[in-house]
Amino acid sequence: MRIIDPHIHMVSRTTDDYQRLSLAGVAAVSEPAFWAGFDRSTAAGFKDYFRHLTEFEPRRAAQYGIQHYSWICINPKEAEDVKLARDVIAIIPEFLKKPTVLGVGEIGLNKNTRNELTIFEEHVALALREKQLILIHTPHLEDKHKGTKLIVDCLKRTPGIDPGRVIVDHVEEHTIKLVRDAGFWCGITLYPISKVTPERAIDMVEQYGNDRIWLNSAGDWGDSNPMNTLVALQEARRRGHSEAWLERLFYNNPCYFFGQNPKFKLQPTVPVNALTRS
Amino acid sequence: MAPTGGAVSHPQTGKQVVDHGFLAARAKVLEIAAFLDRLDRAHEAHSAQDDFRIRALRAAIQELSAAQPGRAARIQLIFSDLSTEPAPTAQGLKPAVGAALRPDLKG
Repeated sequence: MRIIDPHIHMVSRTTDDYQRLSLAGVAAVSEPAFWAGFDRSTAAGFKDYFRHLTEFEPRRAAQYGIQHYSWICINPKEAEDVKLARDVIAIIPEFLKKPTVLGVGEIGLNKNTRNELTIFEEHVALALREKQLILIHTPHLEDKHKGTKLIVDCLKRTPGIDPGRVIVDHVEEHTIKLVRDAGFWCGITLYPISKVTPERAIDMVEQYGNDRIWLNSAGDWGDSNPMNTLVALQEARRRGHSEAWLERLFYNNPCYFFGQNPKFKLQPTVPVNALTRS
Repeated sequence: MAPTGGAVSHPQTGKQVVDHGFLAARAKVLEIAAFLDRLDRAHEAHSAQDDFRIRALRAAIQELSAAQPGRAARIQLIFSDLSTEPAPTAQGLKPAVGAALRPDLKG
């Protein structure tokens, strides 16, 4: 079975990881722009990072037969500096035209501040103006519930938002219902300590269904495992879920969401218009 | 036509879930017990007993004994900031530590 890791920060990973992902059947990865572990001082620093995402990583991934896609934004943590954030937002449109960029992301909140919310709204306005998909980061740990609610409320009062073109990532047991009830896509991130284990992720999919949901490793420079999407697939298979159920979750769903942007090249094994309500 | 994905019941029997998961769950409970014992043995342990994180942890442990499902979501909420207004600024805010400062959670 081919699978997709729809949220992974390959700039932080070695080429060995591309090889391991390829050997395990990963056909494509998508990489949202994120915090580098330190605050960048200029918009030019972000421009170089966006070139890395859109020029170097697709070439590196292609050596292992993996399609690499990316998302462009200034991440929520650095968005606290509104002047810098607006300078960065000004250079985003030129990168949205690149052949492997799927949309605006990962935007959202970090510490749930007014400045972060202002820049989130400006990113959303940009995405709507440019007719882009949106990928959203929700805050960590004790800040997640409040941040997710602020984000969902903000999107609900924004005219022109199509929930089917927005994914709210890093949902957990206390936020998944909030996001699903509003009609947005959900992402579940598989982190060893600070987010969700593969077992809990499969529990949530069993409880809420495998429609409009994906699982990702969000592998990065921190405590993470780029193979965790595969570990979750193994756990779901061990429990006895059908191959069609697994394929829907680990391959077709990312294809359905990404496929709304014609730049995404992979096709689902079951066309989206062949799905029926069960 | 392929069905869209509704919720599904866990495909295994209760016994299968226990057979596979019991040892891992047992180990995690023992880790928590040993952590609390370690805290008791620490220097100036009394000052940490009222730490907001430990208060949240004790409330979460109580929730483990609840009879109704949804324990994971309820425990997540015990650790969460339940305020609703955005913070005026990030200045002075600390990185997330896993539990919110919640005066409603008693020691």
